[in-house]
Amino acid sequence: MTLTQAEKAAVVAIWAKVATQADAIGAESLERLFSSYPQTKTYFPHFDLSQGSAQLRGHGSKVMNAIGEAVKHIDDIRGALAKLSELHAYILRVDPVNFKLLSHCILCSVAAHYPSDFTPEAHAAWDKFLSSVSSVLTEKYR
Amino acid sequence: RVCVSACIPLSLPRLLIVYPWTQRFFDNFGNLSSPTAIIGNPKVRAHGKKVLTSFGEAVKNLDNVKATYSKLSDLHCEKLHVDPENFRLLGDILIIVLAAHFTKDFTPACQATWQKLVGVVAHALAYKYH
Repeated sequence: MTLTQAEKAAVVAIWAKVATQADAIGAESLERLFSSYPQTKTYFPHFDLSQGSAQLRGHGSKVMNAIGEAVKHIDDIRGALAKLSELHAYILRVDPVNFKLLSHCILCSVAAHYPSDFTPEAHAAWDKFLSSVSSVLTEKYR
Repeated sequence: RVCVSACIPLSLPRLLIVYPWTQRFFDNFGNLSSPTAIIGNPKVRAHGKKVLTSFGEAVKNLDNVKATYSKLSDLHCEKLHVDPENFRLLGDILIIVLAAHFTKDFTPACQATWQKLVGVVAHALAYKYH
């Protein structure tokens, strides 16, 4: 699945806004994930997952930074996320189904913060982009 | 409540735009060639209203959604041949439309409740499949 020029532009445009509060949006996305899909908490038994916890904020940051890297290298997401891909395949081994869940929650957070920018076209581009990122992160699983 | 009624009909065009393969069920709806065409399509709008009414029935009968949707489930399986995965997709699109509409009021806790609701509705719609 490749992104068209228009889709890449839409991703970059919205990222410019998201980047200004990436940490908050990252933490919020994780909060949404753990509230709506409690089974995802099983990957974080070592974390304090209470709202506003430092670990939640730190991890949200990590996730958004990675997405930022993917946006920066949108023509070579595979290259940009190669190390992360290995991490997920060999160490973290998060079941692939969970990438869809987190992507959905990220879209919710972005929609909630930037409703007028999140047109159907922008939504489609971001859904496709996060799908791409998820694919890269799971492609070394087997 | 009024705002939610606005969100549900908005979800169908967005579903057809974000997941274009869902258009496979609407071959006779006419022009679905672009986001603008989809949003302006009167058949899409009419169908969105149908879905809203039906969703309202589920909400009114939350203790017995399976029974409420029994016939609808038969219909989607036997006549419409809709893969139940599509109910999940539409539910998630609705959630995102709600998020855009209610912004910070659509808290994680609020989303969790709605995810449960769309999950129940999707499950009930798929229940009679065989």
